[in-house]
Amino acid sequence: MTDIAERHAAITTTAPNARWHGAAFEARLRRRYAAERRFRLAGLAAVALAALVLVLLLGSIAGKGWTAFQQTQILLEIDFDAAEIDPQGTRDPAVLAKANTMKLIRDTLAAQFPEATTRAERRQLSDLLSSGAPFELNRMLVADPSLVGSKQAVWLTASANVDQFIKGHIPRDVPAAERKVNDLQIRAIDALTAKGALTKAFNTTLFTAGDSRYPEQAGIGGAIVGSLLTLVVCLGLSVPIGVAAAVYLEEFAPKNRWTDVIEVNINNLAAVPSIIFGLLGLAVFLNVFGMPRSAPLVGGFVLALMTLPVIIIASRVAMKAVPPSIREAALGIGASRLQVVLHHVLPLAMPGILTGIIIGTARALGETAPLLMIGMIAFIVDIPQGFTDSATVLPVQIFMWADSPERAFVERTSAAILVLLGFLILMNGLAVFLRKKFERRW
Amino acid sequence: MRVQTETRSAPAAPAPNAKMVARGVKVFYGAKQALKGIDLDIMANEVLALIGPSGCGKSTFLRCLNRMNDTIDNARIEGTITLEGEDIYGRHVDPVQLRARVGMVFQKPNPFPKSIYDNIAYGPRIHGLAAGRDEMDAIVETSLQRAGLWNEVKDRLREPGTGLSGGQQQRLCIARAIAVSPEVILMDEPCSALDPIATAHIEELIDELRGAYTIVIVTHNMQQAARVSQRTAFFHLGEMVECDDTEEIFTNPRDERTQGYITGRYG
Repeated sequence: MTDIAERHAAITTTAPNARWHGAAFEARLRRRYAAERRFRLAGLAAVALAALVLVLLLGSIAGKGWTAFQQTQILLEIDFDAAEIDPQGTRDPAVLAKANTMKLIRDTLAAQFPEATTRAERRQLSDLLSSGAPFELNRMLVADPSLVGSKQAVWLTASANVDQFIKGHIPRDVPAAERKVNDLQIRAIDALTAKGALTKAFNTTLFTAGDSRYPEQAGIGGAIVGSLLTLVVCLGLSVPIGVAAAVYLEEFAPKNRWTDVIEVNINNLAAVPSIIFGLLGLAVFLNVFGMPRSAPLVGGFVLALMTLPVIIIASRVAMKAVPPSIREAALGIGASRLQVVLHHVLPLAMPGILTGIIIGTARALGETAPLLMIGMIAFIVDIPQGFTDSATVLPVQIFMWADSPERAFVERTSAAILVLLGFLILMNGLAVFLRKKFERRW
Repeated sequence: MRVQTETRSAPAAPAPNAKMVARGVKVFYGAKQALKGIDLDIMANEVLALIGPSGCGKSTFLRCLNRMNDTIDNARIEGTITLEGEDIYGRHVDPVQLRARVGMVFQKPNPFPKSIYDNIAYGPRIHGLAAGRDEMDAIVETSLQRAGLWNEVKDRLREPGTGLSGGQQQRLCIARAIAVSPEVILMDEPCSALDPIATAHIEELIDELRGAYTIVIVTHNMQQAARVSQRTAFFHLGEMVECDDTEEIFTNPRDERTQGYITGRYG
């Protein structure tokens, strides 16, 4: 008898009580429990590590970005001098819109801070305010011409440097040459703060404005609209085409060499670097078809090409997961193949298809590289009004702001990232909600 | 696809009251031949049991009767099968219509993940059998009654069919097949996933349905074949070894392979 056979014989001839009790048995049991504990701990550690990294990442972005949601404002007692802004007394909106409100601000500041005597010093004082502040006054005048001739206390947007100083991003105790805010300006800020004429308020500009070279006037409104327009085009193309392609390939296409080739190529497309799609868009949509540059229409086309394989693959997987017994049941009572698909397979696969669509959309929403190639990286101040207007999208806006040297753009970059993450969370939440809802119905 | 083969040497004349007649039915899955020329008559209003060891082709034959094999890509069928004298593989026959005339009940209960009502109503709805809501309600009620399920589910027609027990689900599937008023009902091992009590229920049901429908049942359970069927066909390795009255098959088989199978020597 071989060694192993002898051992086996020895084991099987031992009395059951001896086999399932005793020191050797208990040691074995302990080892088994220990192994399981180790495995569970390793899993827990992995989850904890991932959570920690996520918290660090989100924490750092939120820590840098949350201050951008507030903007410093300065209260000025503006004298809307009729002789200055509307000498003819016509109250014509065109005149009011062009009125020299900068002078009103300068006069107010000069009256408030008589110690600024030189032209340079007065200029430094007016730099406390955003270069957009005069336009705010013009807009007020156009909206309400009766202001002319009156004296009003008006909250005006402070300049980015003042804003950063107030938020502590520009330190007070470094030599004046290394500060973006000089001593005169600091004295003025302190005086205004003491009067309660300088405060931080919610930064609506960040959400309503387009891009700007001046951080305090820059916003992601244009980028959000651009992203939405692009996604509408992208989904409008990729969802019907993707689902139809998936239905055909999964339910109707014969399984032969051609469908294999198509399948391999779809999987390949899903793995193609996104910049390639951008180059394709540039070469085909812009150069061959002459479509407008920087337009959400073309961006949507390019992103649709990118999202298609994701939707097709997810939809096919979802349809494959529908049990064949359901198809047979429907065929067995005389449903046509189209009826089987429309009445049974698609509804049952809907949660999976929706998940695929939303994952694809989330990817498209966060995509930057292909859009750079078709010119959506342009500096665009106006909020796009249609699919062919020049536009940019949220991630490209983040990319451009991250490139800007101004301190105030650092926090705006983080704030834009927070908004983008917010959209992504919203979409994924919607995916989970829809999935749950459909699952309950069936 | 199907190729008409040359007329065989001596095609037996079909019995006068045959509902479906199969002659020289061969099925190929790719290069593999699953059926090697089956001749079989299915009489009206009888229960025909198909028995035989696994892989003998009885399910394949059953699926030829309502052209379910059409849905398999590489399946190829030769020979003729007629329903009421009409070739079901004929060019003018629509497989979708055929499946309404020849219903099917599967091995595993497979109700749609919809309400009990919608499970029954689905067939009549796609075939346009009910003119209005009342008529549909009537179809649903009679179908469930015939399947012996009405009393158990009449108060919860809106609940999902998947919430029923296994036996109830299978009766729901039978009711669903009945709802489109088929002439023939094919049953592919309908009790193999059920417990003995549910099985007994289904067997009683099959016996009751015999009056109105022609039933072909594939079973691995020889007692079941003996209990529910009037005639039995024994399949072996893609051939039909013999087909006779059930009593005759079980008491006095002509072929020794049949003898071996029913006495449990192989299978």
